[in-house]
Amino acid sequence: MRAAVVVFPGSNCDRDLAVAFEAVGFQVSMVWHKETGLPSGVDIVGIPGGFSYGDYLRCGAIAARSPICGAITAHAGRGGHVLGICNGFQVLTETGILPGALLRNAGLKYICRTVELEVVARETVFTAGYRPGEVVRFPIAHHDGNYVADDETLARLRGEDRIAFTYRDNPNGSRADIAGVLSANRRVLGMMPHPERAADAGHGGTDGAALFAGLAQALAPV
Amino acid sequence: MKARVHVMLKNGVLDPQGEAVRHALGAMGFEGVNAVRQGKLIELDLAEGVTEADVTEMCEKLLANTVIESYRVELI
Repeated sequence: MRAAVVVFPGSNCDRDLAVAFEAVGFQVSMVWHKETGLPSGVDIVGIPGGFSYGDYLRCGAIAARSPICGAITAHAGRGGHVLGICNGFQVLTETGILPGALLRNAGLKYICRTVELEVVARETVFTAGYRPGEVVRFPIAHHDGNYVADDETLARLRGEDRIAFTYRDNPNGSRADIAGVLSANRRVLGMMPHPERAADAGHGGTDGAALFAGLAQALAPV
Repeated sequence: MKARVHVMLKNGVLDPQGEAVRHALGAMGFEGVNAVRQGKLIELDLAEGVTEADVTEMCEKLLANTVIESYRVELI
């Protein structure tokens, strides 16, 4: 199994994400944003958290137009898996791969703490390691995590069971408490909370480990 | 030629920063401010031959996120 983790100027969770993938058996390549293609045979692309391009213009906006994002869009279009966390989620909405957008937190403050989430979506490789309705604790660390989507988009996300995680106590004003959403083919997940920062006992919590373990099990060659 | 691109959050998209500015104005004693919307003004210095249509394309592809923002191009 092969994973690629994209590195933008300003990424700061790229190595954490690589370690989380490696811990469950992925062979990980770090891919610089100026690359125009992904390494061959990549099963999943990770877009890490951080502050790509200093959050200039809009969070994730400039990263979403970088050369590697053309390759990520093509990978997703072929049915490839993509996991975007925090700034990675912002990049995925800016590319249009995922619907909606992420605005400044409703309380205007940068929030860095551990929150409780509910696992909502079923039948996705990203939540395969959890029971439906399970409550997990992941850290959040963001200033712009306030998910917005219009009524039509929200209805579609709900109708197609594409809301992957919701906040139990909404920290940032996100519509319908949404913390993470899936693409129509369920192979792309964007989420603001950080499972890779809760994947090792040294992190103070291991609830994120099941996300990566579930992915590894689902993507393992048969 | 220069172009000014005005980018605003669409109507209906809550603007927490504008709301904070409105609160601050009220706290300072300025009365009668019903609402504040905060946007961006982007100035482009353009070479000969760049058209308004080019600037519109720049807005659609990068300068505005049309999911949440509207834009207006002003040539000066």
